[in-house]
Amino acid sequence: MRLHGLLAGLRRLFASRTTALGTTIVLLFILVAIFAPILAPYEYNQQIYSDARQPPSSTHWFGTDHLGRDVFSRVLLGAGDIFTLAGVGTLLAVITGMAFGLLSGYWGDLFDEILMRLFDGLLAIPALLLSLLLLGTLGPSRNSILIVILVVYTPIVARVVRSAVLSVKNKSFVEAARLQGESLGRILFREILPSVMPTLAVEAALRFSYAIFLVASLGFLGVGVQPPSPNWGLMVNEARPYVSQLPWAMYFPAAAIAVVVIGVNLMADGVKRVLRA
Amino acid sequence: MARYIARRVGFLALTIVITSLVIFIVTQLLPGDVARVVLGREAGEEALAAFREANGLNDPLPVQYIRWLGNFVIGNWGTSLSTRSDILPVVTERLSNSLLLTAMTMIIAVPLAVLLGVVAGLNEDKLADNAISIGSLAVVGLPEFVTGLILIQLLSRWLGWLPANSSITADMPFREKLPMLILPALTATLVLLAYIIRLTRAGVVEEMKRPYVRTATLKGLPRRTVIIKHVLRNALLPTITVIAISFGWLISGLIVIENVFNYPGLGRLLVFAIDRRDLPLVQAVAMVTVVGFALANLAADLMYAALNPRIRLG
Repeated sequence: MRLHGLLAGLRRLFASRTTALGTTIVLLFILVAIFAPILAPYEYNQQIYSDARQPPSSTHWFGTDHLGRDVFSRVLLGAGDIFTLAGVGTLLAVITGMAFGLLSGYWGDLFDEILMRLFDGLLAIPALLLSLLLLGTLGPSRNSILIVILVVYTPIVARVVRSAVLSVKNKSFVEAARLQGESLGRILFREILPSVMPTLAVEAALRFSYAIFLVASLGFLGVGVQPPSPNWGLMVNEARPYVSQLPWAMYFPAAAIAVVVIGVNLMADGVKRVLRA
Repeated sequence: MARYIARRVGFLALTIVITSLVIFIVTQLLPGDVARVVLGREAGEEALAAFREANGLNDPLPVQYIRWLGNFVIGNWGTSLSTRSDILPVVTERLSNSLLLTAMTMIIAVPLAVLLGVVAGLNEDKLADNAISIGSLAVVGLPEFVTGLILIQLLSRWLGWLPANSSITADMPFREKLPMLILPALTATLVLLAYIIRLTRAGVVEEMKRPYVRTATLKGLPRRTVIIKHVLRNALLPTITVIAISFGWLISGLIVIENVFNYPGLGRLLVFAIDRRDLPLVQAVAMVTVVGFALANLAADLMYAALNPRIRLG
């Protein structure tokens, strides 16, 4: 029954042409991310001195950069970098936000009040500013980026889940479960969560698209993933000084970001339409 | 109205206190000993202890927080650890540059977005609407540095119309600054465009279905009058709010854009300060940004209330 529902959902997702395009792009890049270590002809930091500064050719499809690294291999391997960071970060934020949102909405009172004021404070700081402050504190590393995504997006997810909880918590089926003496965990997960799930899924898709955006931007600013990682934003940043001689080293990673971001956005848009319909 | 204003201002003060607390906590976690950073590696233990005592670094954190916030309020922002200069004049100069860029962006973005949004809304689901919606959706998702670099390639490197570098200086006359402002402002415009368009469109679509529009049309008013005098007045209310909300987007966007174009605003100063681990400078820039953002939100709330009396009852 569940599988059937999932398949029906997927069918509806592919019914819209733009959503189908977005979902295909995302699935394609996820495959690339998984198989990049096999597909990539070179290592991400392998410097081929004899081939440095080459334009695109049959040996180096996307050319080589100023250090003689194969841009095609780096773009492929960069897919894994950005999808893991954005994916894991989003997952952490969604789980934490869901937990806070469920408890805050269900308990209400003082816990809710304190948590929401704290989240108001976090949300009153523009996202990128907060990210930079955290990275300044934690120092640039992959774990720091995960923490950044967690801190920046948890309040948003929590708020959305909280308001969804508020709209169901006084319904009679929840009341009945409470009167039967069900445990807190059972009420939250078995009774309330299923009705919150569509909202949560939409929010997760949106957060994922913003997380990709954020990871790329932090890489570009040079405060996120550090060299020689094949982060697309960082690659754009590193290739910028040489753009007039080696434009391919900057434009291929930039194009990869553009395609993925558009794909994820179209997909998120479709998820929103299917689940809110 | 007076009570409403008082409540909003109180809310603003509360927001600033909470955010300042967040900023203080986050930056206090900065690894490394401030005394060591200021005095250098060779400083002896005694000198370090004396410095900590003199600067109150041994006090409990709540005391340090209140002193820090007090100093910020009275404009005593200290000296930068990396450049050894006074922070206040540097930050105010950078702030005025960022505000100049923001103003430039708003001048381009708001009329353009409202116009496109109204056109899309009046032609619901027709070609113009679809073209505008898809076009803006395609650009909005792109990170600012990607759109910025594309604009540089098009308008600067190929067409040679505008400079790619926007490093304006204080002694430049406005006439020289203007061409340097356009590319970063255009990039920022692309960030805002889709949001404002989408909301304006939704407002227009919704209002066009109201009975008063039918009444006005049936009593023989020309379509243009119906739209300008009746529909737009109501439809543009949410647009005002989204413009204010977009300040938050714009602040994040400008941090990246200023770095793309080498524009000497607060965003570039922030990345510089974080790179150098310049704690007082980071705190000052963050506080100024957050206060500016809160003020923009307040202005939007008040404007919205002034234009829409219904909201004040709530």
